[in-house]
Amino acid sequence: MADAHALPSLFPLLPELILAIAAIAFLMIGAFDKEDVTPTISVLTIVAMLGCAAVLGFMPTDRTTFEGAFVLDAFARYMKILTLIAAAVTVAMTMGYARHQAFSRFEYPVILLLATVGMMLMISADDTIALYLGLELQSLAIYVAVSINRDSVRSTEAGLKYFVLGALSSGMLLYGISLIYGFTGSTQFAGIAAAIGAEGVGLGIVFGIVFVLAGLAFKVSAVPFHMWTPDVYEGAPSPVTAFMASAPKIAAMALFVRVVSDAFEPAMIQWQQIVIFLSIASMLLGAFAAIGQTNIKRLMAYSSIGHVGYALIGIAAGTEQGILGVVVYMTIYLVMTLGSFACILSMRRADEGMVEDIADLSGLIRTKPWMAVAFTALLFSLAGIPPLVGFWGKLYVFLAAVEADLLPLAVIGALSSAVAAFYYLRIIKVMMFDEPKDRFEPMAAELRVVLAVASGFTVFFFLVWTPILSAALTAAKSLLL
Amino acid sequence: MIGLSHYLTVAAILFVIGVFGIFLNRKNVIVILMSIELILLAVNINFVAFSEALGDLVGQVFALFVLTVAAAEAAIGLAILVAFFRNRGSIAVEDIDTLKG
Repeated sequence: MADAHALPSLFPLLPELILAIAAIAFLMIGAFDKEDVTPTISVLTIVAMLGCAAVLGFMPTDRTTFEGAFVLDAFARYMKILTLIAAAVTVAMTMGYARHQAFSRFEYPVILLLATVGMMLMISADDTIALYLGLELQSLAIYVAVSINRDSVRSTEAGLKYFVLGALSSGMLLYGISLIYGFTGSTQFAGIAAAIGAEGVGLGIVFGIVFVLAGLAFKVSAVPFHMWTPDVYEGAPSPVTAFMASAPKIAAMALFVRVVSDAFEPAMIQWQQIVIFLSIASMLLGAFAAIGQTNIKRLMAYSSIGHVGYALIGIAAGTEQGILGVVVYMTIYLVMTLGSFACILSMRRADEGMVEDIADLSGLIRTKPWMAVAFTALLFSLAGIPPLVGFWGKLYVFLAAVEADLLPLAVIGALSSAVAAFYYLRIIKVMMFDEPKDRFEPMAAELRVVLAVASGFTVFFFLVWTPILSAALTAAKSLLL
Repeated sequence: MIGLSHYLTVAAILFVIGVFGIFLNRKNVIVILMSIELILLAVNINFVAFSEALGDLVGQVFALFVLTVAAAEAAIGLAILVAFFRNRGSIAVEDIDTLKG
């Protein structure tokens, strides 16, 4: 504590600092420039995000700063690069939408940039104060992003719902953190783990763990804290939905993994039961509640709830294999989600504008064969049908569950993915065999690229599988040191 | 003598009132915003009480961070509420019903 007044090393925070300064600078450009600078700011945002992802790739890992509140290990690096790619792709996917939907607000890329900084802080948090501040920066930015279409009842209502429930979840998380702080005397994850290990798990700590996990379950939209998801996904502008389904899910899942495997590691018996319950409930609800949906964004909401359930299996296992499963699953989920939303964002007709019903896809194979084929590959992969990549993601988490003696979890997972296959196949049936409707407008170039890369990945993933797997393995190992 | 447990009890009661205020309230969204503030302040009482009991300053620092974030949260919540009111012409909880399924 000799140099308590010295400035901590800022080097591990370099990407966050770049993005935060970039966000402020872009806001200034947007505020002072008379012309519409949204496309310029969007491009600059994408460049900043991808640039930071590249910088992160070369940064040395296993560094901590701010007295251990911020950690940059291989896990944080992998998850941050994933988050940055997801955020950059969603900003890119918005550009075409902004052109034809009169959605030209320069604040939008800046808000996503700030949300991304929050997510990166969450991923690196090794202290409950850092955790809370990162989570709030991310959440507050996304509340605004959801209601950014401020002349639309649906967008503002979705924002209001998300705000109320998100604030409630932050409150629960915070109450849990305060109990944990009181009963362990520490806000640092390592200190919390040491205190729980030394003194055992008292009633106060159990309450704290329950509240913290409830708050985190809200952020990853695991059942029973999922009720906001379908409404918010449906009401938010489609590009924002694409963002919410991808980057924040990765970051929140990374945070979940770090909290349970770092801070609550000695209390595994307690949290494991909770995570198993969250996982089973999410998988089942994701499978059954999606069946009756007609709106494709609502369907994607239930689909994401189900996928979170599968990823939670890996956390419940609590082993290196399990964490590897989570990392691999989230990588695959990200690619499939971005590809699916590239399709949803190109569902636009000249007379009706953007359409969102599954029925609007009918006969797509005859009007837009390539889009139909690519979307089919993505849906098969989301359903987990071999040999597509979605199957391998599920296989990793199920194997981890079996190895950790959680066979029932793997069995329920397999059964619910069979049920879930039904509604994915129904979309494919609508696209392949129903009477064609009017042709969609031509796809924007960036959506074509995203769709081609994502659907190509679901089929030809084996070409890049070895580097992904070795990076994921390094990430999983770094967490359990 | 007022000890730690008294503070914790008050905080727990305020927290529960806040949560019930969100779920049982059928009237108006402003009340929900007030309930959210109540929850955050209950947490702050917890932090300061624990900080005093442990003889550790971190809890009080945390409470200051929570206050700051609560202010930002209230500002954003009110802004979204105003935008919603302009579109819908009402802030009654029962009118937040265009999205369902």
